[in-house]
Amino acid sequence: MDAAPDFKPPAFKPWSRDKMAALVADDIPEGWYVNLGIGIPTMVANHVPLDREVIFHSENGVLGMGPAPPAEEINPWLINAGKQYVTLRKGGSYVHHADSFGMIRGGHLDLCCLGAFEVAENGDIANWATSENDTAPAVGGAMDLAAGAKRLWVLMEHMTKDGRSKMVKKCTYPLTAPHAVKRVYTNFGVFDVTARGFEVRAIVPGLSRDDLQARTDAPLFYPE
Amino acid sequence: MAINKFVRDLAEAMAGIKDGATVLLGGFGAVGQPNQLLDGLIEQGAKDLTVAVNNAGSGRVGLARLMELRRVRKLICTFPRSRDPVVFENLYKAGEIELEITPQGTLAQRIQAAGYGIGAFYTATAVGTPIARGKEHRDFDGREMVLEYALKADVALIEAWQADRWGNLTYKDAGRNFNPIMAQAAELTIVQTQHVVELGDLNPEHIITPGIFVDRVLHVPYGDPPIF
Repeated sequence: MDAAPDFKPPAFKPWSRDKMAALVADDIPEGWYVNLGIGIPTMVANHVPLDREVIFHSENGVLGMGPAPPAEEINPWLINAGKQYVTLRKGGSYVHHADSFGMIRGGHLDLCCLGAFEVAENGDIANWATSENDTAPAVGGAMDLAAGAKRLWVLMEHMTKDGRSKMVKKCTYPLTAPHAVKRVYTNFGVFDVTARGFEVRAIVPGLSRDDLQARTDAPLFYPE
Repeated sequence: MAINKFVRDLAEAMAGIKDGATVLLGGFGAVGQPNQLLDGLIEQGAKDLTVAVNNAGSGRVGLARLMELRRVRKLICTFPRSRDPVVFENLYKAGEIELEITPQGTLAQRIQAAGYGIGAFYTATAVGTPIARGKEHRDFDGREMVLEYALKADVALIEAWQADRWGNLTYKDAGRNFNPIMAQAAELTIVQTQHVVELGDLNPEHIITPGIFVDRVLHVPYGDPPIF
């Protein structure tokens, strides 16, 4: 990969994390069972209106998870996979870990949203380790979710802090799962993973196709 | 004599755990974690242990303390980067503890398989990743899967919400987590319970772990997990 090229001062404002989460939420229909990973994905739940019945799953055995409670109403026995205090919606249930991961690995979740270090144009995702000999690598449920859910959408910044594209031709970090990602939401745009590679669904206002491509390692395609 | 799985104290609960034992440790985060049994294990003295658990301990108590005392030879774990994992990280960097990283669902399935008498299974999780390297692969209906073995244990340490003298158990909210499957997978399952109930008081429809999977129960009414 080339060094980051010198960009002109950006004439556009990248989407905020909150806006990215709202874009994802808009694409989740009523009735879906959804697992949200740690980081930006967690914010998606805030943008799904309560009258749209989307059922959130958390790996530690909570199905029908609701929003965080006010401090004085915390139930210390009710946490999510990120160890944050949450609530249970009417109709929610608790299961043990094998059942919870059976929901994931058995293909029962309609959607999983994860963050990532890199996504490749063939749908490979790398989101758990940044080198082969990471100090104490931690995988949690990411590999189960990436391989098991019916759909995997990734929410991530388009570029790293040092200006490298995270949408790549081929992942350089250890994989979480091959050929798993169906769609990517970044602060620059929304992309479907298709047979020919990344297909652009939306671009942040003010960013041209050329400028988007200049910030993206993998070639971008547009619907005919 | 009537069945009574209740023990009087920690020493009786932890009696007989041998050096070199494989120990399953229930809990996820601070919820459903058998902290007092862990203290009992520290007191009991068994060493050279293999411990399977989701997180690698926090601060300098419980599992972290057990590791700090160099009593854990190997950790089987999904996410060793939890809140304040300083003891584990130092041991790991110094090469003084072995780490087997396993995806969380694979860990749960390996434990459940052991409890069900299943020797091994194939799963799509981790195919194409460093975790599957060197493991047997096989194609099922066009999908590549990797072989994972059951994780049978000598001891399981469990936290329950209610227990009766037969060892029938219920759990509290997200405190269920790994506890029911670990109770099934060990030769010796030791439980700490918040509440003791009379035989017959638990609704049979609500019993999550029937007593057949339980050997010893200690009443530890410590209250709620700490709020962080």
